[in-house]
Amino acid sequence: MANYTQRKKTRRQFLIDISKNACGVGFLGVGLVAYSNQSLSFNIQMLRPPGALAEADFQSACIRCGLCVEACPYDILKLGRLFQPIPTGTPYFVARTNPCEMCEDIPCKVACPTGALAPELENIDDARMGLAVLIDQENCLNFQGLRCDVCYRVCPAIDKAITLEMHRNTRTGHHAVFIPTVHSDACTGCGKCEESCVLEESAIKVLSRQIAKGELGSHYRWGWIEKEKAGGSLIDPVLDLPDRVPGVLE
Amino acid sequence: MKKSNTLGQEAIARKGWLLANRFLLLRRLSQLSILVLFLLGPWAGIWILKGNLSSSLFVDSIPLTDPFVLLQSLTSGHIPLLQAFIGVALVLLFYIVVGGRVFCSWVCPINLITDAAAWCRRKLKLRKESIMSSQWRYWILAMAILLPLFTGVMTWELINPVSVFHRGLFFGMGLGWILFFMIFLFDLLAVENGWCGHLCPVGAFYSILNKISFIKVDAINREQCSDCLDCFNVCPEPEILKGPVNGQKKGIATLVNGMSCTNCGRCIDVCAENVFVITTVFNGENGLKKVNKLGGEIK
Repeated sequence: MANYTQRKKTRRQFLIDISKNACGVGFLGVGLVAYSNQSLSFNIQMLRPPGALAEADFQSACIRCGLCVEACPYDILKLGRLFQPIPTGTPYFVARTNPCEMCEDIPCKVACPTGALAPELENIDDARMGLAVLIDQENCLNFQGLRCDVCYRVCPAIDKAITLEMHRNTRTGHHAVFIPTVHSDACTGCGKCEESCVLEESAIKVLSRQIAKGELGSHYRWGWIEKEKAGGSLIDPVLDLPDRVPGVLE
Repeated sequence: MKKSNTLGQEAIARKGWLLANRFLLLRRLSQLSILVLFLLGPWAGIWILKGNLSSSLFVDSIPLTDPFVLLQSLTSGHIPLLQAFIGVALVLLFYIVVGGRVFCSWVCPINLITDAAAWCRRKLKLRKESIMSSQWRYWILAMAILLPLFTGVMTWELINPVSVFHRGLFFGMGLGWILFFMIFLFDLLAVENGWCGHLCPVGAFYSILNKISFIKVDAINREQCSDCLDCFNVCPEPEILKGPVNGQKKGIATLVNGMSCTNCGRCIDVCAENVFVITTVFNGENGLKKVNKLGGEIK
């Protein structure tokens, strides 16, 4: 009520009011910034829908409307809730319980009104929601020499995203092991392999690509690739100097 | 001054219960039917409105996007698709016609919580005292729009109770209920109309549209006012009524032209003397020019 009985504020009162509000809001702002920085490092097993921009861009693009969630015919997408380790209101799925079914028409992407799920994604096979990593080699049955092969069999891009690579079984010395091997150029991160892993806790997990991928230093070159590109050796052949043979000198 | 528990009794006695509550009933109808339209999809498979208040799709064709949320997206560095801009234009157009803060009293689901708190406050006869500036919300609004420039994320949307509540109703609330319980307690025990009237930047954003909106409340028959103060007691933003209702001697126009008016129409409901009507800014002698000069929100 003090607000409108006192019509004209003195300059002093005005400045006091301004700084009061600014301090309060600044306080709130500092807390919010801390919280928003925390939210950028969210649970890496919460995967974004297909076509999602890189995480920082995604967080500025997604307006948390849930249209993708309602568009998903398999109800796999969820929106982050308050107090969950994911930015509030942003869509995610958990591969172990509900992997992406990779619809050919990508209805979640079509529904997105802002382009947080990039409209450029035309083919679901080009989606990169994450990258499967056979993270626990100690418990993976195939690593022990068994032919479980489930992750390989369920992969929608079988023999492209996951292959079985034969190696010598050093435990027995005279058997083979077939190692499920993920290829990052074909893996969409749909999570089918993680869902179907027969272990109590999956040995193969879909992680965000940022975590799962290494990156070569930009100045590194693979010699054999460069050689192939150049159509031959990049350095001159070994110099053939005349041999000093005692007889010739004479 | 009347006791607050008789608030609106005289209006009911004179106009009948229905007429003395018509705006309240219409408002509840509007709020609930919006919730029902959104809920029909996930619950019954009837998709009239998809999405939520942040952005939605009406009958699979008309996009509607909240301008405040999109503004945060812009300042955090994303240029959205055309669809989002069309959605914003439609929403802005609507609120410029009907009044910006119509969102607050006719659409926003938080209003159900804060109205409940205000009702309890009146029933419990808790003292009205303003311990907090109603300007806070504009500061928070500025913060919500500017912070993304530095963080690159829509910082306010991480906790924005308006969108969290509406989203939570359809997509799962989790522990979010705590937040709304806190808002209820804050409004009930700490500051009267504390959330909507002092803190909420969404309302602050829409109140800016009130500057150019067309439909307003008008205290056109103020000479009949019996000074019962029912309108002041029921109004969520009572400061804006002072000029139009009591400003006759000072020549203040009758149009309730304060930025923070939510066009809830409760003043029309509870007034036994029919002082208020709902009108447009073009109407006769109470036109906009005169009002802007003298009858703006008085601080």
